[in-house]
Amino acid sequence: MEFLRPASWEEALAAKAEHPAAVPIAGGTDVMVEINFDRRRPDHLLDLTRIAELYEWQTGDQTVRLGASVPYTRIIERLAAELPGLAIAAHTVGSPQIRNRGSVGGNLGAASPAGDAHPALLAAGAEVEVASVRGSRRIPVEEFYTGVKRNALADDELIRAIHIRKAAGPQQFSKVGTRNAMVIAVCAFAIALHPDTRTVRTGIGSAAPTPVRARAAEDFLNAALAEGGFWDGGRTITPSIARRFAELCAAACDPIDDVRGSAAYRRHAVSIMARRTLGWTWEAFRAGGDTTGDTTEGGARCA
Amino acid sequence: MGPGRTPTPTKPRQGAATRGTIGESTPRPDGILKATGEFAYSSDLWHEDMLWGCTLRSPYAHAEIRSIDVGEALAMPGVHTVMTYADLPAETHYGLEVRDQPVLAAGRVRYHGEAVAIVAADHPETARRAAARIKVEYAELPLVTDEATATAPGAPVLHPGRTDRHAAHAPHPNIVHRQPIKRGDVAAARARADVVVRRDYEVGMQDQAFLGPESGLAVPAEDGGVDLYIATQWLHVDRDQLAPVLGLPADKVRLTLSGVGGAFGAREDLSMQAHACLLALRTGRPVKIVYNRYESFFGHVHRHPAKLAYEHGATRDGRLLYVQCRIVLDGGAYASSSPAVVGNAASLSIGPYTVDNVDIEALALYSNNPPCGAMRGFGAVQACFAYEAQMDAVAAELGLDPVEFRQRNAMEQGAVMPTGQRVDSPAPVAELLRRVKARPMPRPGGSADVRELPGGLSNTSHGEGVVRGVGYAVGIKNVGFSEGFDDYSTARVRLEVLGGEPVALVHTAMAEVGQGGVTVHTQIARTELGVAQVVLHPADTQVGSAGSTSASRQTYMTGGAIKHTCEAVREEVFRRGRERFGADHPGWADAELLLAGGKVVTEAGEVIGDLAEILGGDAIDIEKEFRHRPTQPFHPETGQGFGHVQYSFCAHRAVVDVDTELGLVKVVELAAAQDVGKALNPLSVVGQIQGGTTQGLGLAVMEEIVVSDGARVRNPSFTDYLIPTILDTPSIPVEVLELADDHAPYGLRGVGEAPTLSSTPAVVAAIRAATGLRLGRVPVRPEHLTDT
Repeated sequence: MEFLRPASWEEALAAKAEHPAAVPIAGGTDVMVEINFDRRRPDHLLDLTRIAELYEWQTGDQTVRLGASVPYTRIIERLAAELPGLAIAAHTVGSPQIRNRGSVGGNLGAASPAGDAHPALLAAGAEVEVASVRGSRRIPVEEFYTGVKRNALADDELIRAIHIRKAAGPQQFSKVGTRNAMVIAVCAFAIALHPDTRTVRTGIGSAAPTPVRARAAEDFLNAALAEGGFWDGGRTITPSIARRFAELCAAACDPIDDVRGSAAYRRHAVSIMARRTLGWTWEAFRAGGDTTGDTTEGGARCA
Repeated sequence: MGPGRTPTPTKPRQGAATRGTIGESTPRPDGILKATGEFAYSSDLWHEDMLWGCTLRSPYAHAEIRSIDVGEALAMPGVHTVMTYADLPAETHYGLEVRDQPVLAAGRVRYHGEAVAIVAADHPETARRAAARIKVEYAELPLVTDEATATAPGAPVLHPGRTDRHAAHAPHPNIVHRQPIKRGDVAAARARADVVVRRDYEVGMQDQAFLGPESGLAVPAEDGGVDLYIATQWLHVDRDQLAPVLGLPADKVRLTLSGVGGAFGAREDLSMQAHACLLALRTGRPVKIVYNRYESFFGHVHRHPAKLAYEHGATRDGRLLYVQCRIVLDGGAYASSSPAVVGNAASLSIGPYTVDNVDIEALALYSNNPPCGAMRGFGAVQACFAYEAQMDAVAAELGLDPVEFRQRNAMEQGAVMPTGQRVDSPAPVAELLRRVKARPMPRPGGSADVRELPGGLSNTSHGEGVVRGVGYAVGIKNVGFSEGFDDYSTARVRLEVLGGEPVALVHTAMAEVGQGGVTVHTQIARTELGVAQVVLHPADTQVGSAGSTSASRQTYMTGGAIKHTCEAVREEVFRRGRERFGADHPGWADAELLLAGGKVVTEAGEVIGDLAEILGGDAIDIEKEFRHRPTQPFHPETGQGFGHVQYSFCAHRAVVDVDTELGLVKVVELAAAQDVGKALNPLSVVGQIQGGTTQGLGLAVMEEIVVSDGARVRNPSFTDYLIPTILDTPSIPVEVLELADDHAPYGLRGVGEAPTLSSTPAVVAAIRAATGLRLGRVPVRPEHLTDT
């Protein structure tokens, strides 16, 4: 196994072009596990840790451009205001040691349906900036996931950054695991209110072959909120709307039975998380409060 | 033997003037090293020129091996040898109780992960790749996976031609051992019962999940023998199984304990020991083997999963009339310690209660599931989950408070066990329950911090759906090896004066696996010899056996051996003193002298001799064995017999918050009360109780090895075999009672296992209280709480 250590982004792209099967590695929290267990033995590892720009982020008017290797810890500490849903999701990743090394770029590269960042990216709205020696392009995150552990990257492409819409309203993320910390998702759900466009977006993790949006649920909710004048009226969402939204979120799932949970439970849990997170975010929106709707003092964002 | 055999309690004054004696909280000498990552474990061993061993394991749970081709593996550069069954030099099988386990598969594999071949190479990666190139042709065989498939007509017999001592009375060759216990008249009692509760229970397969994987280093010696540095629970039983396999006399197989990263029963059976020694002797080079986490899940036995059927009958006023139960344990492919687990499950099956009429049956199966054997609680855990659920169910039927109902039926000293054995030391069952119940309740839920809510950091609830529940349980565990086993330990103690300072060297083969022998043994020697400086010799097979670090027995047994030997050393000091200086002072004629600070002191406190003068340059060096009182086997039909050495009791109160919509559980508090007879190291006692309690919590809500889809292990990793994190571990307040058992050294009672029993049913009782669900299976999964 050859260990390639490009000093710059251009060198990295050149190396990837020369060795299309090379596996990029940054924090190593996923790749190294695969290698240690001999499940994967690439001829080339492409080490991205010398490329400083991948660890940086820029905050623009509309979006945050998040370098592919920015560790989850930085997102939690520095970007909770702009990317509240992603920050909550980041806090559910592994242990502090893992959060110090793992990154959203890694989550996207692995494209596991259980990746914690995916639902938050789907709900917020994001584009993945990828590049090769041929040039660069932006892929809407919905189109990035193409199958179980498969993504839209061409063989010679690398993930450079993720452009995520800054929160214009409350966002939430919720994940079920059978342990109270450091647990892989049985299933996960994210929601983002976008008062600027008067839309609600969602993201579901670990309940289908790929991370998905519950589009029918979004359409239903957007229509119901518009028809009922909820965005202007500051009214509480009615239980029947919340229930229908939750049902449609569950219906968006295509889960499997495995050792982590049954398909039936995953559907059920997604419906509960959908109903609860809708309540939290909507009540936060009504209150005009912070962008997480997290009324819990020091809640998910501490520790 | 008999009661007179037990050493008389020591005069309390011996050791009174010395610091660091028994009863003082003493920090572990290895505590900081372990917390800072500097402690050397067996996986850290290193030797110049060493090779690395690797094991090829079966992908099938039951298959005939048609052929093995090692040619390609052997031809790889860096590979020194490849061994299969055909290369074994001597005995081909080993086992703790029954020698039924092949060192390497003998023409047939019986479980997923069974060792088929071993490789030694100059790099671990090379060894692993070579193992992958060994070509094994398997022909799959029909599976035995449960009682029905094990005993069906025409079922494949997993071990044909059994000659072990349980074979004759086992009702089927696929039943390892069966133990009935009958007392009184259950049919007559049933006719008198006002309330009858009959239910089925199930316990999943728990793993010990120690953090230091199986590892060790075998070094071939010039005399043709081998030195093995190893993390184990019992050096001598390893040696006694290894020597025949290696074709060596026992004295040429020398074992030294290496750093042990937890055990909990999983190191009672051999894992890589024989493989490393075989490869070392074959290559003439030191060989190291370290399992990774994945292999570790296949490298040791697990806790027996169990199916239990219980029927309890009681009178309207809350008296238990009878218990009928049947416990089916799945022992997996090899016997391991299944027979003893059956004995425990049967004899402890009704719990710490007085019941005159019992009809009990416990058995262990042979199957193609992973082999199961020792784990903390050893057969008593499975039973406790069921009988405590039954106690709650009967109390509910009677409209009685569950603690009150338990107290009405709680055993006391003098009670008679189902085996007919009279409990002849304190059994404060009702008092332990009273204490956990009397504790103030933790503050109500509704916390604003998600870490204190079910789901924790996963942010699933801000209070929605959360219901609090409270549950109680109490359990009974035996201490020491039972059923007539000749259980002993050995201690060598050397007392001398070095540089004017009296120094005691204590040498035992006790395996320190985290239980705290390293503090307690020093404390005992300080107490008995009145010296400040005590050095513990590394544990090895150059001294007599210490027995196993299991069955909550080491403080009792090796602690007892050190006490016993120190007493002999002390008497020898006095004998030499009397011989040389007896005429100088009338105090030498006193029957009871004391040793304190290197001086011989009379009972009145007068110093009459100096150790330096008595010993001069000589040392007193004595090795002695210590035995607990003898026990008897259980009768094969009636189960009657004085089977156990000692009983220990622990009670728990669990307070849980359940997210009833998502089926997630947060244990808020798990209060324990336990009688330990005498707390030699109170700090360590509390640690043991908290650790056992947490392991029981793990079984209650998350820990299970999932075996399915062709008897394959589905979750051999810490990603999917979950153990509690600190956010899953509640506050565990502990109350310690010290009611002496007069048969035991210092009156002590083994501590380590009892808290593992009652923790699980207490948590599940609390979840039942919160949800109203029956919950007959552990671990309780979100699916069970949400009917999905």
